[in-house]
Amino acid sequence: MIKYTGKGVYGAVAIGVVSVFKRQNTNVERIRITDPEAEKARFVEAKEKATEQLQAVYEKALAEVGEEEAAIFEVHMMMIEDEDYNDAINDMIESDLVNAEFAVASARDSFAAQFSAMDDSYFQARAADIKDISDRILNCLADNSISNDITGEKMVVCSDDLAPSETVSLDKSKVLAFATAYGSSNSHTAILARNMNIPAVIGLGREFLDAIADGQQICVDGYTGEVYINPDEDTVSRLTKKRDEDIAQKSRLKELIGKDNITIDGTKINVFCNIGGPKDIPLVNENDGGGIGLFRSEFLYLENSDFPSEQQQFEAYKNVLESMKGKKVIIRTLDIGADKKVDYFNLDDEENPAMGIRAIRICLTRPEIFKTQLRALYRASVYGNLGIMFPMITSESEISEIMGFCDIVKAELDAQSIPFSRDVELGIMIETPAAAVISDKLAPMVDFFSVGTNDLTQYTLACDRQNPKIERFVDTHHEAVLRLIEMAAKAAHDNGKWIGICGELGADTSLTERFLKMGIDELSVSPPSVLKVRDKVRSIDLS
Amino acid sequence: MKQFEYTIKDPIGIHARPAGLLGKKAKEFEGCTVTIEKGDKSAAATKLMALMGLGVKCGDTITIKVEGGDEDAAAAAIEAFLNENL
Repeated sequence: MIKYTGKGVYGAVAIGVVSVFKRQNTNVERIRITDPEAEKARFVEAKEKATEQLQAVYEKALAEVGEEEAAIFEVHMMMIEDEDYNDAINDMIESDLVNAEFAVASARDSFAAQFSAMDDSYFQARAADIKDISDRILNCLADNSISNDITGEKMVVCSDDLAPSETVSLDKSKVLAFATAYGSSNSHTAILARNMNIPAVIGLGREFLDAIADGQQICVDGYTGEVYINPDEDTVSRLTKKRDEDIAQKSRLKELIGKDNITIDGTKINVFCNIGGPKDIPLVNENDGGGIGLFRSEFLYLENSDFPSEQQQFEAYKNVLESMKGKKVIIRTLDIGADKKVDYFNLDDEENPAMGIRAIRICLTRPEIFKTQLRALYRASVYGNLGIMFPMITSESEISEIMGFCDIVKAELDAQSIPFSRDVELGIMIETPAAAVISDKLAPMVDFFSVGTNDLTQYTLACDRQNPKIERFVDTHHEAVLRLIEMAAKAAHDNGKWIGICGELGADTSLTERFLKMGIDELSVSPPSVLKVRDKVRSIDLS
Repeated sequence: MKQFEYTIKDPIGIHARPAGLLGKKAKEFEGCTVTIEKGDKSAAATKLMALMGLGVKCGDTITIKVEGGDEDAAAAAIEAFLNENL
């Protein structure tokens, strides 16, 4: 038995047989030709064939994974027709008198290199598309298509990484799992695995590639990222059990879609979702999230090369509010600083950034940034049910200052006759021990609390989150942290306000009962945890 | 020649699919050249890879130049396309 560890991109378990994904060797020979016109005609013919194939792949993808994922093949068809790409190939055939294969491979390498050198991850990833279309043309030129059809039982497809067109061309009904040596969480293999609900582990490394062979026994654990080749009996029986339990658990959780988050004695709570950007919204709906308890607005700043404009932020917030169709959406104002660095903020290097200029401290120091975000939020508020939440609060005076800015922004909008909702709830994160301890003073000033357990734990235990060496000192269930949450919950309720938890502890079902006993009204968790938490809530009796 | 500016609102920037569709739109106007400029770099709107090669991101302002043919109609169509898709 050999064990490899990579990154699991979809939690599920599979036990089966290896099918190594075979592909055409696309290293080509340089051959001197005498008739460039004939060679160019071969290229045109191969291109036509490639386009035909792409049209078929596009239609297949449309039916199997939906329009958004299929669009890439439409782009591939457009790329094949690109003028510069075609010129490069035709010019090379003509001036260097080389075979079409060599010209295509050269164009592939030089265009891919140009994209790889760009400074944005989206454009860098387009190098893979150039390779994909070029290799398709090369296959058409060679006129031999390798069949990856799996006959008989379902198999575990193993590969270095799969190109978008390769994942789509596979016969899905025969794939048990994916295991790849390379790839990223956003790769097509990962997306496809999530759509198909089958386990996938990526990044297993070069050694994995060398070790695999058709017909080997293999176990894939998408939860832990572990893959076993030729597993021993103990491993097989352990993972068989895990797989069966996982399947039973998933089908049980699926039945909870559409049901209430209600305890045995009839207490209803909200189970909301934490998301990092608009791309996560489909996941919220798939998992039946009741709203968004934490929308991290950082993506707008992290993905931009300069401060996002008011209009740009407005569009993004409006988009999210509209797509949640009246369900609660709580957007947290920017939480830049500490581990989230953005160049154009020009923040000084700090000895201790977790305790430095971050989050609300940036906003109160540089009001122009804050006011732009608040204006965009208020303008968007008419498109749904918005709450705004402020991070890293430690004192009453900070809240007064924030409320002052909100009033200025609202007065400006009124003066310009720009509509905004009068019912926007304003809340604060309880993520510093100070805020928890004086929560009785803070509660009257706001509409709600949301506990950020990750930072609250780090500050209460004086344990740096980023330092793996002190992991054994970090007790995530530390009584001190739980008592601080309890204190904040009491203060919120004494003042008729609601309180939620949006940190990682919110999804820790071993604490759900304790939280509900404290009176926590809302748990905001990652979308895949919603049903697990709902299941737990429905098993609790508070009477 | 007609010229105007546009600031990209799409979170990814000028990405592959809208870039391809923009090229198709530009080709609809015969005898008309549409050029996209970002800083000191420029690309013909009909050249997909060159256009993506500009690496236009969200918040970037691009200049669109339309020359030849029915410039007014082409510029209006390109502007409408940008507003709707990018």
